[in-house]
Formats: sequence, structure tokens, C-alpha cells
Amino acid sequence: MNNKIAVQIDDLTVAYNYKPVLWDIDLSIPEGVLMAIVGPNGAGKSTLIKSILDIIKPIAGSIQIYGKPYKKQRSLVAYVPQKGSVDWDFPTTALDVVMMGTYGSLGWIKRPGQKEKKASLEALEKVGMLAFKNRQISQLSGGQQQRIFLARALVQNASIYFMDEPFQGVDATTEKAIINILKELRKAGKTVIVVHHDLQTVPEYFDWVTFLNVKKIATGPVKDIFNDDNLTKTYGINYKVSVQQ
Amino acid sequence: MSNAQIEIQLIASMVAIACAIPGTFLVLRKMALITDAISHSILPGIVIGFFITHDLSSPLLIILAAASGVITVILVEFIQKTGLVKEDTAIGLVFPALFSIGIILIAQNANDVHLDVDAVLLGELAFAPFDRLIMGGTDLGPKSLWIIGTILLITLGLLFTFFKELKVSTFDAGLASALGLSPVVIHYGLMTVSSITTVGAFDAVGAILVIALMIAPAATAYLLTNDLKKMLSLSVFFGVSSAITGYWVAHAIDSSISGSMTTVLGLVFLAVYLFAPNKGLFSVLYRQKQQRIEVSLLTFLLHLSNHKEKEERHVKHLNEHINWQKVQSKSVLDLALKNNMIKIDDDIVSLTKKGKKFTTKAIDYIITNKNSEIENIKDRFFLFRG
Repeated sequence: MNNKIAVQIDDLTVAYNYKPVLWDIDLSIPEGVLMAIVGPNGAGKSTLIKSILDIIKPIAGSIQIYGKPYKKQRSLVAYVPQKGSVDWDFPTTALDVVMMGTYGSLGWIKRPGQKEKKASLEALEKVGMLAFKNRQISQLSGGQQQRIFLARALVQNASIYFMDEPFQGVDATTEKAIINILKELRKAGKTVIVVHHDLQTVPEYFDWVTFLNVKKIATGPVKDIFNDDNLTKTYGINYKVSVQQ
Repeated sequence: MSNAQIEIQLIASMVAIACAIPGTFLVLRKMALITDAISHSILPGIVIGFFITHDLSSPLLIILAAASGVITVILVEFIQKTGLVKEDTAIGLVFPALFSIGIILIAQNANDVHLDVDAVLLGELAFAPFDRLIMGGTDLGPKSLWIIGTILLITLGLLFTFFKELKVSTFDAGLASALGLSPVVIHYGLMTVSSITTVGAFDAVGAILVIALMIAPAATAYLLTNDLKKMLSLSVFFGVSSAITGYWVAHAIDSSISGSMTTVLGLVFLAVYLFAPNKGLFSVLYRQKQQRIEVSLLTFLLHLSNHKEKEERHVKHLNEHINWQKVQSKSVLDLALKNNMIKIDDDIVSLTKKGKKFTTKAIDYIITNKNSEIENIKDRFFLFRG
């Protein structure tokens, strides 16, 4: 980890129908961290990611990726949405979904060619799904679908990865496989930001954490700030979690 | 075949193709209902356009109609965004309002203009060859052929140019937005094309039946393939073949062309719904029956491997013991025998070597929660399926 800031958020407020779901967030995410965003349901975790990625328009505040607005830095960012956000009955194959990751660098109109296909096959191999490349996506298990989504992000070859609950509804083997890939990304100097639900695994998986509940509660290294005090502030009164460090 | 007949079939086919393409994406986006809304609410656009130009095939009329189609979508989304009502309610509020404005306009001016509600709602393909495009004294063919031909060319051009964008924004709008391939632009583009196609098709089939041409071929194709490109070609195929068959049905029974075309579309969907290889009703029922008997077989084999005692493995005893009907026990026993999983000596059933191996593997998969793997070992072990 160095002192470069990958994502800088200042005074961010997001509202749905004039009801704020994120209120005056200031957040600096240093380059090279593997960060969990934790908080109760409705805390605005997904909204935070979507605002950074310009999918939701905030009513106030600014967001910068390596010092520039997202629109100028798209190629540096990869995004894994929640698995439930798409229709897995869509008529397409695993390989085709991974190829969608290359559409950003292609831009409008241009079509993917051999180069994009090769990169996508490599990404499938990395997540252990090469054998399923021609499988229709509805015939994949939940864990396999999540791996496909991860492969789609890998093929973007980005500097910053945003993932919305990548461990939701996957089996233990897939969870291990995914976290190993995320740790590899960090080792390669990438920044990985994950919306995470399982508090028990935070110290084991992540080195950085942000507590969020409409407002930002705390952000920093897991070993310094992942404690009952912050958990209680985030989740309500007297929250206790057994933390093994 | 007379010239007029060929022209009618040509128009019908082009309408079918022009409808099937946006229809495929509307079905995949679960927006079938919005075509219903658009097809009705373009009426005020058409009526106002007609008052201005007095020509049902004028480009201005098409533009105004398309605009009222897009306005429908915007209004529906606006009402939906208030969070007070759901999408289907919003659709139900918007299109009758716009449609009724059109009806009132027609009724008030019925004496001055020749535009009747029946023609708008049902269309009349049989008259299409009479309205011809004549330029400098030469007859260039029916006007509607030129209109729908132009619309079809534009639709095809847009499909080939923006296929990638259409696919990603339909499958995962969030990703499309993050990648900078604005799903909003694609959404309104698709809505505009759908509105224009609806206007173009309406001469041929009317405002109500155009919905069938958009949705039925795509829904039929959806049951047959897992590939978007194949789904598009199949929709086009079903659309065109139903349109032509429908024309000849109408010819044979001397009835409405648009009505016959839609009936054929419905029948084709019904046939595919019943007989499609994977998603069809009969195929699903057959698979369920197969699954049921194969699960019973597995239970039976597990029971055999769990019990060494002879009385637990007696053929008669199995009936009462596992509590199955006679028929079921018999078919399970037969299936196990046919697959060499068991042997029977003096009415005592025991597992063969192969039966043991299969059972152990299956238990293994069940315990480790890899139920999907069981299908694969079934393929390897079974000579006959249930």
C-alpha cells in the first residue's frame, strides 16, 4: 500500500425521492487496499458503489477516480453488480457474458474480435470456468454465475474493482476461490472494494474496512478500526461480534 | 398468384420482420405490455398528422405517431417514478387517456375526414395494393410497401450497428451504464423504433394486432433457443411464415387477413409451447416423470446397500417397506434390472458390482451437495433411462 488515493469522495449526498440514503459522505480509498464496505440493510452500500460508477446521480458532492471524474476514468474501473440484478434466463452463454466486459474498451459500435475472445477465455480459465464457456447461463449454479461475473470484471483489466456482494448465495469452495483471486488482484497493486455482509470473515479477507449506515461511521485498516465500538455505532445498540485477529 | 397477392404477402412479410426485431428485445426486457400501450397511444399522433396532411402514409404522420409513442413511455416512467403506483398501473393509466383523445378527435371530425376507427384498429391489408406511389407518371408499387420497407431498412441498420449495445443494456443495464454505453439512449432508441414500426405496421394489421406480431414470434423463439442471434432469426422466421400462412388462410376462408395472421401466430406459439424440445410442456412433464422414477430407483438402491438382512431385501417386503404402490415398485425393479444394477436370487434382491459403484458415487454427491453431478453419473451408468 502506498499513499496514492484511488477513490476520493467529498460531501456525497444521494437521495431517492428526496429521501437521503447517503448523507454527506467523505471517503478516501488508498490505492492497493482490499476493502470491505459493511453496514445494515438499507445503509446505502450498493448506492455508494453505484454513485461512484455514475449509475446513480448524486444530489451533492464530488467523486474522483485518481484525481479525475469517473467519466474520464472508465477504463480504470471494473464493476461486478449483484448477481440477482440480471435475468439469468437471458439467451446467452458464459463466454458471451464475459466478453461483455470488453465492450467498455471497444466503445460504441465496434464489435469484439479475436483479441477480446482470447482475453475472455483467459479470464474464464482464471476463475476455473473454461469448461463451461459454451454453457447457457441459466444452466450454471449460483456459484458458477458469480465466477462468470468475476471473470467479466477481470477481462476489463482495470485498476479498481467494485463488487456488490460477490459472496451472496455461493458455496464455500467458490467463496474461497473468489477471495483468493481478490487477494491476487491486491498483490498486483489493484484496489478492490467489496460490499460485504458476513462480519465474521472481515478480518480474514480484508485489510481495509468502511462502516456505513447512511452516514460514514468509520474507515481505515481492519486491525485498527474493526471493533465492537464501530460495529455498535453502525448496526445499533450493543452489537457484539467475536473478532479473531 | 396475381400481382396484388404477391404485393400483399411482401408487405405482410416485411411488417413481420420489422416487428419481430424490436419485439425480441421487448420480450427479453419484459416490456411486452409497453407495446400494447404504444400501439394504442399513437392514435392521437396519427389523427393529428392526418388532419394536417390528409394522407395516411405521409412521413409527418409517422413522425407525429412515433412521438406520441415515445411520450407514452416517458409518461409511464414518470408516473412510475413517483412511487405511488406500479408499472402496470401506470401503463393502464396512460394509454387509454391518449387513445381516447384520438377517438374524440376522430369522432368530432368524422364528417370532414375519411378516417374510421375500424381501419385504425384492425387495418386492412387487402386494400394496401390500391394506394400506389406514383412518381413522374411511373408506378413504383404500393405506398405501404415503401413505408414499411424504409422502416425495415432503418431497423436492420440499427440492429447491426448497435447489436452489442442492445445486448449488454438488455442483459445488464448497470454494467452498460458503468461501461459508458448509455442504457438510457438504447432504451429510448428501442422505444422510438418500436413506435415507428407500430405506425408502419398498422396499415397492414391495425393497432391491436401489431402487438401479436411483436410479441408472439419472439415468445415462440424464446422457447426454442438459448442464443440471442438465433432467437432473432427464429422470431423473424415465425413472423414471416405465420404472416404468409395467415394470408392464405384468410384467402381460403374469405376472412380478415390480420385476424388470420394473428390466429396462425397464436397456433404456432401453442404448438411450440407444447412440443419444444427442452422448455415445452410435454418435454417438461416427461422429464419430471423420469426424475421421479430415477429418484425412487436411487432410494431403492440406497435401501439395498444399507441392509444386509435378507428379510429387508425380499421382493415382496420392499412393497410394504418403502411404502410404494405396486406399479411403482415394479417399474423401479424393472429399471434397476435393465440397467444391471441389481440381481434377484429366490426373490432376494442384491446389488451388483455396478449397482454398488453407482450407489456409492450417488451418496457421495448427495452428501457433498453436488446434486447437479448426479445427472452426469446417470449418463455414464444408465443403459436405459426411467
